[in-house]
Amino acid sequence: MKKIAFFAAFSIAACFVFYACNKDITENLTTLNQLNPASQDLNAKDWKTVVLAAPTDVTVAAPTAANSAEYLQEVADTKQAVANATSAQKEAIAYWSAGSILRWNEIMRELVAKHNLAPAPNADNTYSFPDAANPFNYPTFPFANPPYSARAYAYAAVAQYDALVAAWYYKSQYNRAAAYNADPSIAALVPKNAVPGYPNEDAVAAGAAYVMLRALFPGDTTFINEKVAEAANYKKWAGAAVSSDITAGLALGKAVAGKVLTRAKGDKMKFAIGTAAIWDSLTNSASVRGETPWISQDSPKRPPMLPLFGQVKPWLFAAADIAAVRPVAPPSTNSAEFKAQLADVKRQADPNDRDKMKIVHYWADGTGTYTPPGHWNYFAAELVYKAQQSEVRAARTFALLGMSLMDAGITCWDTKYFYMVPRPTQMDPDIRTLTGLPNFPAYTSGHSTFSWAGATILGHLFPAEVANLNSKAEEASISRVYGGIHYQMDCTAGKFSGQKIGGFAVTRAQTDGGE
Amino acid sequence: MKQLLPLLLILGVLGGAKAQSLTDGIFMDKQYLCVAAVYNHDAWDQYWEGALLRKNGNIGTLTTQSTVLMANYGLFNKVNLIAMLPVVWTNASGGTLASQRGLQDLTLAVKYKAFETGLLGGKFSAQVVAGGSLPTTNYVADYLPLSIGLHSKTLFGRGILHYAGAKHLTFLLSGTFIGRSNVTIDRTSYYTTQQIYSTEVKMPNAAQFAFRGGYYSFRWGAELLAEHNATLGGFDIRRQDMPFLSNNMDATRVGAQAFYRLPFLADLQVIGTVMQTVQGRNVGKSLTWSAGITKFFGFAKKQ
Repeated sequence: MKKIAFFAAFSIAACFVFYACNKDITENLTTLNQLNPASQDLNAKDWKTVVLAAPTDVTVAAPTAANSAEYLQEVADTKQAVANATSAQKEAIAYWSAGSILRWNEIMRELVAKHNLAPAPNADNTYSFPDAANPFNYPTFPFANPPYSARAYAYAAVAQYDALVAAWYYKSQYNRAAAYNADPSIAALVPKNAVPGYPNEDAVAAGAAYVMLRALFPGDTTFINEKVAEAANYKKWAGAAVSSDITAGLALGKAVAGKVLTRAKGDKMKFAIGTAAIWDSLTNSASVRGETPWISQDSPKRPPMLPLFGQVKPWLFAAADIAAVRPVAPPSTNSAEFKAQLADVKRQADPNDRDKMKIVHYWADGTGTYTPPGHWNYFAAELVYKAQQSEVRAARTFALLGMSLMDAGITCWDTKYFYMVPRPTQMDPDIRTLTGLPNFPAYTSGHSTFSWAGATILGHLFPAEVANLNSKAEEASISRVYGGIHYQMDCTAGKFSGQKIGGFAVTRAQTDGGE
Repeated sequence: MKQLLPLLLILGVLGGAKAQSLTDGIFMDKQYLCVAAVYNHDAWDQYWEGALLRKNGNIGTLTTQSTVLMANYGLFNKVNLIAMLPVVWTNASGGTLASQRGLQDLTLAVKYKAFETGLLGGKFSAQVVAGGSLPTTNYVADYLPLSIGLHSKTLFGRGILHYAGAKHLTFLLSGTFIGRSNVTIDRTSYYTTQQIYSTEVKMPNAAQFAFRGGYYSFRWGAELLAEHNATLGGFDIRRQDMPFLSNNMDATRVGAQAFYRLPFLADLQVIGTVMQTVQGRNVGKSLTWSAGITKFFGFAKKQ
């Protein structure tokens, strides 16, 4: 009887241990301290904008005077709002006060990962394309693949950067104190600073996000609206802003983003999918040169991913100059040099080497992830947070990175479809991949191009991190050879053009007034 | 470890039977040892993506083979110690993804006959099994459906009701709770129903319910099997996404098992099993068959 009791107790205890033990995960870069930068970059009013010719392209009406009854009532309302802050509002303060720009970037990464799923084949082995006008119809819009997401990160960041520079301009011009400085008796729930409050920068960033994110992720408007409502208003609940700071901020952010959206609508992205005739012509162009052209190895065969993304309007160089940034031609698929590249992949892609597998999977950033541009945005977020950059400087960092990554994508995609180099698995079916095989040509490697562009501009902005960033880019590149999906030459050429694009961004950074 | 592989493979080819002692109602007498080697072959060309049953040309037919070595020792007449270790290898006939192979998880368990009574000319018993499993290598888990396992540590408790009736009829019902530890993967972020920034994956626990019944004598036996495996939580594979460790994997399987003890080979037992997944969620609709051999050794001094 004793034994029965013992074993019963043991089994129950074993079960209980697992129910009772806390399996909750501690995440990186999610629970953060409140932003408290050493410098608020008050000179950002003079920084060079990207799409706006000048902050005055958008107007912000003069605020009510600091001694007007109307304003004093607003300050009193804010004081009341702090006193009455609900637990949900305090949660919003804890979340957003780490930095609006940082959080919007995090939200972008989440939306990309949510939508980074290729359309499933139809029953007749064809594929349908997502439709922005019907985002909920399957296949849902968008398919946030690497080019799409590189562009999305860029536009969201550029819109917020231009909007914040304009905000800093009008803050300086109107110089109306933040609520907690207008009434020092307000028990602010965020660190105080001397930046003028009108218009409120968090509302500006939220207004820009409202326009850009809803255009990029039209199926997620409910989620985006909720986030915008929190981000725009939390500084009132925290005692930093009055209602008119927020109203003016939202309007400014939306107005600037409207202009950025106009650029987006005209950047030729809508043609990037191409047509069946274009897909065939790309294949033929390689065949007539005597090359083995890339073909889709998806089953059933899938149309190539965004073959005309290379014609999308870049940020850091003129579209007409694309040939000048394109890497030299790879060796012919018939050459001994090509065969040597192929043999090298076969040697390096070892499914039984656990250390290599770890590198492949760490960098894969494939289906259902925030993509390689998202990975570099994540690194930027870590650096922005660690450096405690002001909102406007954080926006500059993400805009410079975003433009670099999008232009890296444009250059890489141009090169891929210009040369149409087949993947190693197409040339040697014995080669097996350790991660999903991308549905576009091999030369050059997107991972290499994105990573070197990202490492170059981030290394400029965070000089202490150069070695670390470069070794990351190096590992991201070689991970694709280990994974059996790229030749070494794809990585070498990708590094060449990535560094070139990153260099364009460095030149811009050196002359935009931010240094 | 690599030297061990061919040996295990040979054992697998020689014969086999599903390592059954963890789930059956059979006990080794004190100082008796049962050693089994079982080869399993599991294949599917359709899987449930959430609730949707589909094919995937980039996977084709996914085949998972394993050879399991198992030992069951009678510590006392009512207490058995069980150990089990599979070597697993996977292959996808479509697409380009590389196969994986390797030693998987070591399972150790204690099985205890808590209660036994005569009933309707037979014997009814209540048994409990408690044990756990531990990955023996650092095989990659975040590579479904080609990874060889989930790399979770488990603790499990199982209750068994077993009836060995007149005319060799036998019935068994069991229920199992499997606690599963979190798993560390190579990625630093992943998406479930939201983006998560960690190398750690929160693993839902699991449960299993099983029934078996049929004929069981010393010389031969034949039983029908049914089981339901449920993950207690987890999420669905999204449309055209890859499967993930913490998916809500459920499977209902039915099948049959038979054994025969070869009189001309000193009662070496051969066992064959076949199971078909009939309903599932986030798992393959697989047909599994296995074949194995079981040998009994007695260490007790003849009285």
